[in-house]
Amino acid sequence: MSLLEHLPALQVVIPFVLVPLVMLLRQPGFAWCATTATSVFVFFNACAMTVQVLTGEVLDYAMGSWQAPYGIELRVDAFSAILLLIVTAASTMALMGGYRSLQSQIESSRQPLFFAAWLLVLAGLSGIVVSADAFNIFVFMEISSLASYVLIAGGPDRAAMPAVFKYLVMGTLGATFYLIGVGLIYMMTGTLNLADMADRVAAVSDQSPILVAAGFITVGLALKAAIFPLHAWLPNAYTFAPHVVTVFLAACATKVSLYVLLRFDFVVFQPNLDGHALQFSYFLLPLAVLAIVIASVLAVREKNLKRLLAYSSVAQIGYIMLGASLVTQAGMMASVLHVFNHALAKGTLFLAVTCLALKVSSLRLDNLAGVARSMPLVMAAFVIGGLSLIGVPGTAGFVSKWYLLGAVLGEGLLGIGLVVVIVLGSLMAVVYIWRVIELAYFSSADSPNATREVPMALVLVTCLAAAANIYFGLATQLPTALADAAAQGLVSAVP
Amino acid sequence: MSAQTAMLMSLWWPLLGALAIAVAGRVNDNLREAATLVTSVGLILIVWSLLPGVYAGGRPAVDLIEIMPGIELALRVEPLGMLFAALASGLWLVNSIYSIGYMRGNAEQHQTRFYVCFAIALAATMGVAFSANLLTLFLFYEVLTLSTYPLVAHKGDEATVRSARVYLGILLTTSIGLFLPAIIWTYAVAGTGDFILGGILEGKLTGPALGLLLGLFVFGAGKAAVMPVHRWLPAAMVAPTPVSALLHAVAVVKTGVFVIVKLVVFVFGVDVLQNEPSTSWLPVLTAFTIVAASLVALRQVNLKRLLAYSTIGQLSYVVMAAAILKPLSEIGAAVHMVAHAFGKITLFFAAGAIYVASKKTEVFQLRGIGRRMPWTMGAFTVGALSMIGVPPTGGFVSKWFILAGAFQADDYLAIATIVLSTALNAAYFLPIIYLAWFAQEPKADGVEVVEHGEAPLAAVIATTTTALLTLLFFFFNAPVLQLEEQLVRGMS
Repeated sequence: MSLLEHLPALQVVIPFVLVPLVMLLRQPGFAWCATTATSVFVFFNACAMTVQVLTGEVLDYAMGSWQAPYGIELRVDAFSAILLLIVTAASTMALMGGYRSLQSQIESSRQPLFFAAWLLVLAGLSGIVVSADAFNIFVFMEISSLASYVLIAGGPDRAAMPAVFKYLVMGTLGATFYLIGVGLIYMMTGTLNLADMADRVAAVSDQSPILVAAGFITVGLALKAAIFPLHAWLPNAYTFAPHVVTVFLAACATKVSLYVLLRFDFVVFQPNLDGHALQFSYFLLPLAVLAIVIASVLAVREKNLKRLLAYSSVAQIGYIMLGASLVTQAGMMASVLHVFNHALAKGTLFLAVTCLALKVSSLRLDNLAGVARSMPLVMAAFVIGGLSLIGVPGTAGFVSKWYLLGAVLGEGLLGIGLVVVIVLGSLMAVVYIWRVIELAYFSSADSPNATREVPMALVLVTCLAAAANIYFGLATQLPTALADAAAQGLVSAVP
Repeated sequence: MSAQTAMLMSLWWPLLGALAIAVAGRVNDNLREAATLVTSVGLILIVWSLLPGVYAGGRPAVDLIEIMPGIELALRVEPLGMLFAALASGLWLVNSIYSIGYMRGNAEQHQTRFYVCFAIALAATMGVAFSANLLTLFLFYEVLTLSTYPLVAHKGDEATVRSARVYLGILLTTSIGLFLPAIIWTYAVAGTGDFILGGILEGKLTGPALGLLLGLFVFGAGKAAVMPVHRWLPAAMVAPTPVSALLHAVAVVKTGVFVIVKLVVFVFGVDVLQNEPSTSWLPVLTAFTIVAASLVALRQVNLKRLLAYSTIGQLSYVVMAAAILKPLSEIGAAVHMVAHAFGKITLFFAAGAIYVASKKTEVFQLRGIGRRMPWTMGAFTVGALSMIGVPPTGGFVSKWFILAGAFQADDYLAIATIVLSTALNAAYFLPIIYLAWFAQEPKADGVEVVEHGEAPLAAVIATTTTALLTLLFFFFNAPVLQLEEQLVRGMS
């Protein structure tokens, strides 16, 4: 076997192996270096797999050469590749730019542990994405969740504690629900491998344990994915986490749970359960609409920049669910594409927030008055990220909105109603982004802000992320090709 | 320079100019002003170099980038866009000269930001004029909105910012809420958004849906200020006068009507609209807008607000002319874009000159001002006569064509509207002219009379130039007509 065939395993194993090493490095600088290097490595690893996947190949990997369904199977297709790119890129950018910000927010004695937890999150999220096995997904989910509680609570803000506790309770509930569901299916089919499960569920699809399992799994994962109204943990967790952690988690944590939700549902349930497509739509479509409208309203009324962006995330998850709940190729494609593009936009915005946080005393909106004068580059990046979030042509956000509107228009009369919802959501995004822009550009500061220097690396990374928003808004071949293949893979199973 | 290079340069040159202005602004004011003038002269050379080719029948095109399969950003020059670009770039030079006089005369703050945003706005205008499809048009339309916000909010006090928010709010809401869905709908139905003479919707969309789509477009292109989407224009009058003059009499508002004319001719197609009764609400609405705006203008006491409402009415002339759907009236629409531009920019220049010299902003304060500022008020008179449509001014030419088109179409509503609005225009402009020239300046009754003369020289030169253009357009309108005849060639 050549090394190239081991890429799916390396994606998870490398960060895991490095965890104890990073813990032992007493120098925060070294720990950061090792973590960043690992992150860069897995990013390139993900890129290498993406290149293979783009040719139409699906990477199947049998752990220890034990063949599925008895051994542990890892599987990387277009959908996984997109998620892996997001996870590793977010981690890499956050780490590269975030050294100084972390120094200021995390006690240096705790930093090695912090970076070890970071690697665990990275490994866990990657693990969820590459696993083709329901129980392994659970294990990786727990690893990444527990480690991410540590990351969020790692900052100096004591208010993070109740936020993290809430996240912990709800996250555990979600994971438990998922586990109950998996257990029920295992009871009925005797397998944990997803593909195998899909085959065997067919024989027992009319049995109530399977239906109950579908309910538990969907709700459990919806909790972890912060699908409205199960999003209550998200705003405060994002707000009080160290800024760099927010960059990382906001770009990918909920999306990985969404990934599991869609994958599980479309691989196991959609082909086998009668009328499941309709149930899926009836359950998720109204929630998606509510998420877009209500979370956008909350964002418009919010006064703290990070929480504002967090509510915006809840709304954006609504867009993703909206596309998916149509259960069509076009809708799913738009949805997967939006996963990618929203990660770009939100990552850029939170990176800009990280820069701002080094300059201003608090992230209340009032404090941002006139900040564009002292940080022109950072605010320019914020504007580009904001435009992408709104969906202005020329940015990545526009491309997925375009496909989403196209998919929705294929739904007849319902579609017109949904167009109204999407447009309304975009308009509200204009309002909440504009509030920030107006303050930053067109108000003058009441009190001079602290003149701490923002590190060059962070500004550079932020600008790079903003540039990516424009690049993927104009050169759309890569994400659309991946999203198209991913949607094909998911929806083709639907009868 | 090939036509393709010139088209790309028309976008990049003002942007580079903006950069140069920003850099020069840190060094010295004179250098910054020089950068503005060089940029505007350069833009004229670039844009006007395209004219001979277009006269000869050339339609140069450039593909910028393909965003998604079948959806690309692309530029293409056709007679209407050429006219618009030539007009906007030409008047930018005059306006820049005026701006220098005005901004210095008023000792305004943030002058560098002002000139930078102006250059960006002009780049966006060129993009709108040369866009080859709906998406490109939309992109530049939005850039224009965003780049003009700092200009409108220039003064920075609370009242100004509130007005500027109305401006931005209405324009962004309509464009994202109505214009963009309409564009996506068009792409979904027609499979393309390219501007093709005769339209792209024939047979693709029929019945009331067509009327609905037209509605989304007309109200979505909020810059055309068709009622009830007109509130942003009076709100924008808080801007410094050069902004009102070039942007809210020429570039921004003309972008709105340009979009609508372009849609009528190149997306819907004149024939399609003629055969579709569900789209016949447009002439009625524009007729209403013309009359209502004139009535409101009649009651204004603030000179700039009066001019704003006059603009709303005049813009609907263009839309109504396009909606008459006859070749002559389409020419009339294009000609009126030019004639109104010359006349209205003169009026705004004059209003600004009066403000610089005397700080007067209200109509009733203008008693006897003609004797103190003869050049300015002379220009104002020419502009006002052009608005009414009195020969020998440019306004007469365009009204002639619109009326001719209306007679051709037996459109009595349009004829009646034009007659009525001409009377109303006279009713609100003639009293001002009378006050300025023939009324006595009020004797000091406890009120201190401000002694003042003419406005700064730069402002007077610019005002006189545009007034002359207004007059000259009456005699020398052949180039514009020749250009626009090419537009309607091939129309039924």
